[in-house]
Amino acid sequence: MSSLLAQLFPPSTTRNMELSADVLIILTSAAIIYYLTRWHRWKYLWREWLTTVDHKKIGIMYLIAAVTMLFRGGVDALLLRAQLAVPNNHFLGPLHYDEIFTTHGTIMIFFMAMPLIFAMFNIAIPLMIGARDVAFPRLNAISFWLFAFAGFLFNISFVIGGSPNAGWTSYPPLTELAFNPGVGQNYYLMALIVTGIGTTATGINFLVTILRMRAPGMTLMRMPMFAWTTLVTSVLILFAFPPLTVAMVLTLFDRLFGTAFFTIGRGGMPMMYVNLFWLFGHPEVYILVLPSFGIFSEVVATFSRKKLFGYSTMVYSVLAITFLSYGTWVHHFFTMGAGAAVNVFFGLSTILIAIPTGIKIFNWIFTMWNGRIKMTVAMMWALAFIPTFVVGGATGVMLGAVPADYQFHNSYFLIAHFHNVIIGGTVFGLLSGVYYWWPKMTGRLLNERQGKWAFWLFFLGFWVTFMPQYALGFMGMTRRMYTYSHGFGWSSLNLMSTIGAFVMGAGFVVMVYNFVWSQIHGEIDVTGDPWDGRTLEWSTPSPAPEYNFARIPVVTDRDAWWAIKQDHKSNVIQIKPQEIQDIELPKSSAIPFLMGLSFFVFSVGMVFSWWWIAVVGFLGFVVCMLVGTFDYDDHKEVPRQVIQNTESALGRLQG
Amino acid sequence: MSLKRSKRAIRFTVLALAIGLSVSGCGNDFVILHPAGPVAASELNLIEITAATMIVIILLVWVLFGIALVRFREKPGNQAPYRPLWDHNRALELGVIAVSVVAATIIAIPTWNKTFALDRIPAGKTPIVIDVTSLDWKWLFEYPGQHIATVNYIDVPTNRPVLFELTANSPMNTFWVPQLGGMEYTMPSEVLPLWLEASKPGLYWGRSGNFSGSGFVHMTFDVHAVSQAAFDTWVHTVRTTKPPMTMADYRQLLKFNWIAPRYYSAYPAATFPAETHGFTLEGGMYMEMQPTPK
Repeated sequence: MSSLLAQLFPPSTTRNMELSADVLIILTSAAIIYYLTRWHRWKYLWREWLTTVDHKKIGIMYLIAAVTMLFRGGVDALLLRAQLAVPNNHFLGPLHYDEIFTTHGTIMIFFMAMPLIFAMFNIAIPLMIGARDVAFPRLNAISFWLFAFAGFLFNISFVIGGSPNAGWTSYPPLTELAFNPGVGQNYYLMALIVTGIGTTATGINFLVTILRMRAPGMTLMRMPMFAWTTLVTSVLILFAFPPLTVAMVLTLFDRLFGTAFFTIGRGGMPMMYVNLFWLFGHPEVYILVLPSFGIFSEVVATFSRKKLFGYSTMVYSVLAITFLSYGTWVHHFFTMGAGAAVNVFFGLSTILIAIPTGIKIFNWIFTMWNGRIKMTVAMMWALAFIPTFVVGGATGVMLGAVPADYQFHNSYFLIAHFHNVIIGGTVFGLLSGVYYWWPKMTGRLLNERQGKWAFWLFFLGFWVTFMPQYALGFMGMTRRMYTYSHGFGWSSLNLMSTIGAFVMGAGFVVMVYNFVWSQIHGEIDVTGDPWDGRTLEWSTPSPAPEYNFARIPVVTDRDAWWAIKQDHKSNVIQIKPQEIQDIELPKSSAIPFLMGLSFFVFSVGMVFSWWWIAVVGFLGFVVCMLVGTFDYDDHKEVPRQVIQNTESALGRLQG
Repeated sequence: MSLKRSKRAIRFTVLALAIGLSVSGCGNDFVILHPAGPVAASELNLIEITAATMIVIILLVWVLFGIALVRFREKPGNQAPYRPLWDHNRALELGVIAVSVVAATIIAIPTWNKTFALDRIPAGKTPIVIDVTSLDWKWLFEYPGQHIATVNYIDVPTNRPVLFELTANSPMNTFWVPQLGGMEYTMPSEVLPLWLEASKPGLYWGRSGNFSGSGFVHMTFDVHAVSQAAFDTWVHTVRTTKPPMTMADYRQLLKFNWIAPRYYSAYPAATFPAETHGFTLEGGMYMEMQPTPK
């Protein structure tokens, strides 16, 4: 019994910070349970959310999860910056600091950015291409629940068993049992394996959805740019995630079963891990940023009231980026002795990939040119991206120049660079998307004044946080140092960076306030088209009914909805009662949730090497698979009378 | 309104950076900008070329962006043209591609040249060899030519290339002396070469750039560059006044701790891999390493 307790609660989980987290978790859980019980919401929660296969609801769940994880990762970031604010600080010890930068990176990439991207896919793509759902709705729900349970698993490591502590890249031999006993690293491995399966399934889902389910008339070259970037992102996911999963599984085998893939003492080869990891990791960078490129294309065109400039150039650029992104991974380790010829190849490919990216930046500026720019919060996030991202892209090219990288590698210059592209590209883009599609999701508009406050705090905080870090790189400060001494001259820049980080934190708080306030008091979007939009999702009511389109639209031009409005055929959104037909929709299912739960149980068993629990979890998964396979009752008919009533209530029934 | 704000933001950033730079000691702390040897100088030169090219691109984007933002704002009485269907312009698109390609070429050519140039020790110079092993959490340096060993401290002669042969008996680290040049990984069961040179005497700090566990911040060392004569004297002093390292001493060094610099008049050969992946490492240069004859 006491050895079990020692395994569950090692010393790293009984420090003050972890104990306070325990109290907060217990109080929050109790409050949620009380609320659900008091207001009899359990059934509603189960029926409407936990078992849903509706892409719109799954998108909202992804969004909520991502914002929660942004909170966790953001608190991690503030703890790190607080520790580095002054030299010789002992706010966090080295062990604590190592755990927190590991969870910060892992959570921000896998449990914040990825789900926020999938939120955007789910919320926008089927509506944008005129489809009633994704190609595999139940698989979509399975993806979500695998992600959600993996995220839950990763987060509980903080209070049970101990956090991983080898960085988000987790190179062996540091992750070997010899250097890294305890279960923390197992949490990292299992969480990434499980969420990786979900992500791969999402890639398949949206690839098929976009290729097979577009409305009649929507050829590939008539697709909205966001649909294009989602398509290529899905392809990238399909090729990028398998190497990651392989790297994770092999490391897990080394740790749990004594295999010798990467373990030095048994003749393993750690550099193989580094190759596999970045064979995933570099395409992952583009998986993160391409969806945002798509969102910018939609938002900039909409709020400039103009067609996207250079559509076909944009398409060829993303295709070029997709192809080239598989040829650059070695630039993450030029300094691992691959030799001059190999390094030059990957250096030049890195410089080459900047060309299509640069072209896209200019095309967004030309989209604004000769337009009429309207400053909504969604547009401000998109506009903030251009001057910010170009700096991150430029420093990326500087890192690609091989001999220069020998000086920059793993320094704060690198840290500033990738935060500059991931925040300035991915996060600004996704927040632009959140503000843009929020009315479509919820039926309410976000308050613009609060949104602008959040924007300015976050945007200015970003510059104050990360510009000093470029300078710190030139001063020789390397990443993952828990403290530093006076003599290097790093103190004032670090303090400035910390101040910026807290300003960003304030921006986040205002943003969440903005979300909650607007959900209660926000203006209701009665038109379904609050931005005078250009693409099909704005032809539906906000929020869209379960079946999305009472009648699938016919597309005749690139900006389909804009073209319809220009032809003064705005009555196309109205439907005659005799045109209404029954609609077949996927039926809710408990299997995705239960499958996620099974994976969770399985993972807990693997993390702690409690094999019988792992077996129970695995059997649960097998049962879910079997039941799901033979479940033919997976569709429901929405009768035309119901549709007629809904459309009539929305004022979209003709006559 | 927001333009004024973003102007203010830029001004604030510049001001903040200026204050930061001045407070941090007038730039002497910017070690990468103060190279003390040919490798670091060559790398700095490439950094300057890429930075200058990229600043031109950044300014081009910022200026175009600023003009678009001011001219085409939706406000009453804006006289600027509004052409909602203007979505392509062949000349403009080709111009953008041309600018990007030119910028990429300006960077690609010196990148190519320097990558190959820095890979070899310049002909006609005989390097001194130092075998480096990163341990948890300390640096072990062995001089196969001088037969001495040190921990966390090295002396090197000026104006003579130093070939570092890097390995690890620990998780990965990188060996980095910013003022002498860029870093290279130390990995167990691999030996990687890195050559650096100090052209002026001085004390240069070095550290690891790759996280290696809870003692990682202590992975620091000092490089003392002195004249060849002073170096020879130092070697002689170490050989005559310091104890030799035994295997027992080496095993002590493998403990998970950090220590002050140490000096040994000799060391056991078994502490550094004699051959790895078929290459002999006895002082050969990187490109000239020959497979070991069987």
